[in-house]
Amino acid sequence: MSLRRPAKDQPDSFEFNASSLEAANSIVAKYPEGKQHSAVMALLYIAQRQNNNWIPLAAMKYIAKFLDMPYIKVYEVATFYTMYNLSPVGKYFVQVCTTTPCMIRGANQLVEACKEKISKNECELSNDKSCSWMEVECLGACVNAPMMQINDDYFEDLDKQKTLDILDKILNGETPRPGSYRGRVNNEPENNRKTLMDLKNA
Amino acid sequence: MLKDQDRIFQNLYNDKGSDVSSSQERGDWVNTKEITDKGRDWIINEIKESQLRGRGGAGFPTGLKWSFAPKEVGSRPHYLVINGDESEPGTCKDRDILRFEPHKLIEGCLIASYAVQAHVCYIYIRGEYFLDGQKLQAAIDEAYEKKLLGKNAAGTGWDLDIYIHYGAGAYICGEETALLESIEGKKGQPRLKPPFPALIGLYGCPTIINNVETIAVVPTILRRGGKWFASLGREKNTGTKIFCISGNVNTPCNVEEEMNIPLRELIEVHAGGVIGGWDNLQAVIPGGSSMPLIPKEKCETLTMDFDSLMAEKSGLGTAGIVVINKDQDIIKCMARIARFYKHESCGQCTPCREGSGWMWRMLERMAKGDATKDEVDMLGDVTNQIAGHTICAFGEGSSWPVQGLLRHFKKEIEKRNNLDPIVQKKNNIPYLVDQHLLDKKNA
Repeated sequence: MSLRRPAKDQPDSFEFNASSLEAANSIVAKYPEGKQHSAVMALLYIAQRQNNNWIPLAAMKYIAKFLDMPYIKVYEVATFYTMYNLSPVGKYFVQVCTTTPCMIRGANQLVEACKEKISKNECELSNDKSCSWMEVECLGACVNAPMMQINDDYFEDLDKQKTLDILDKILNGETPRPGSYRGRVNNEPENNRKTLMDLKNA
Repeated sequence: MLKDQDRIFQNLYNDKGSDVSSSQERGDWVNTKEITDKGRDWIINEIKESQLRGRGGAGFPTGLKWSFAPKEVGSRPHYLVINGDESEPGTCKDRDILRFEPHKLIEGCLIASYAVQAHVCYIYIRGEYFLDGQKLQAAIDEAYEKKLLGKNAAGTGWDLDIYIHYGAGAYICGEETALLESIEGKKGQPRLKPPFPALIGLYGCPTIINNVETIAVVPTILRRGGKWFASLGREKNTGTKIFCISGNVNTPCNVEEEMNIPLRELIEVHAGGVIGGWDNLQAVIPGGSSMPLIPKEKCETLTMDFDSLMAEKSGLGTAGIVVINKDQDIIKCMARIARFYKHESCGQCTPCREGSGWMWRMLERMAKGDATKDEVDMLGDVTNQIAGHTICAFGEGSSWPVQGLLRHFKKEIEKRNNLDPIVQKKNNIPYLVDQHLLDKKNA
């Protein structure tokens, strides 16, 4: 199991803003009447998006009231799932996949690049507080290994130099292009495609 | 090699676009009404005849699973749940279906919902695939607009609503009952079976759970006939399958191929061969990280399907092939997989919660050569204590790769680790021995 702790400095209160409230209500409507607890995961995401990509305890209490469920149940969910950040992360949140398929293609170089550019240890903010990184388990893009995720975008087919370039860009406030960094199209075999050629050449 | 016209996922590499009109050109949504008009029994029989087995890892016959749904809808509604929580290391097939062939999945949902009499379908997608989920959502919205979903979906007279539910980074939610718990808004901890979800599932109602790929191939099977699907591959291992070939190969890729294809053909033809040549191959993980690895000697003749891999004491699983060449340290690779399982254990059953961390610590030491001689046997002992002693199959999933390593690379481990046992006298309290090692410096 992974160890997860809420941050020490917590804001006193939390409330959904108008757009979050609208999104929350439309999500609750997806589930049968009386089963609004199902929406807790989606609502935690909404809270996380509204609150600079992390969830304070106040938000959990607010969501518990919103869905009419015990606070501890929301706390359980928020601490169980690893994609809920319980303490502040950077505006750019870099997640490097280091599970075996990425590892054997050199994911450790990506980790080195993050250590050089962002911070020495994972889950620490960079000097300008804009960026943080962590090692994560399989992100499900194994044929594009090694890869990393920055916020919602996947960056695939990387090596150390390409990672350094991407990190330079985000540290300068630019938005790097997501996708493959060896110029290949999606998940096709690079320069070696033997199937569905009619469609490719059409 | 499979003929192109027999490939179900024509848009696997997104040559054509994934909207409704280009999907219709590929044959989706063309005669959905004709299919449903033939009735539930015909659909289920045709799927049984095709011998389609679930693509999510366990390989359970899909037609049989559907026939478990109650024939009459009682006081409780039926649900269809699609498992898109693809988190098995080495596997990335569902992502391409969500991105590039969403209408195959949506049409499959409609047909499957009709067959099991569900009016609501939830698609559970792992949280990391947020953007791919957005693409699926866009496809669902388009389907609603074109009246392919909602009331009287696609003119079939069946009402269906599809909702996406995002996970949040828990591998265990790929287990079907944990997935249901997660949709209900709880921690993803698996339930005891029985009762099986087909009778008591989501919100206590009858629920059929299928993998994304399983459902996405259903419309094509019904259009071309169960016989066509059964003619591919071999008996009980029929049809096509998306293979994900990753690791030390020249051109890692996803490719749809016939079942029972030789592993060597997959690696050499589609993946451009092993880096450093075939002789540089060390081992292959054939079906996602939880399947035991297979050493090079057996890879020469191995064919990829459920039963022939079972005969090699491994499994097809999700068909995520991870190729490991001789430049890699095999013990380190397995130690990393053990770390994955330690991280992802849900913590419900003690053997798995404690054992997965224990295996990881031992393997890390073994990779460095810091383990003692007796620990090799102890490691095997721990895996046996986990497998079969947990609520869900995660126990097997975490211990099988280690057992595979011990089966094929025991000599390698023993060569590297020849320290004398700390406790010389044989006694039967293994956890105490482990405690000693932990207290040691750098252990």
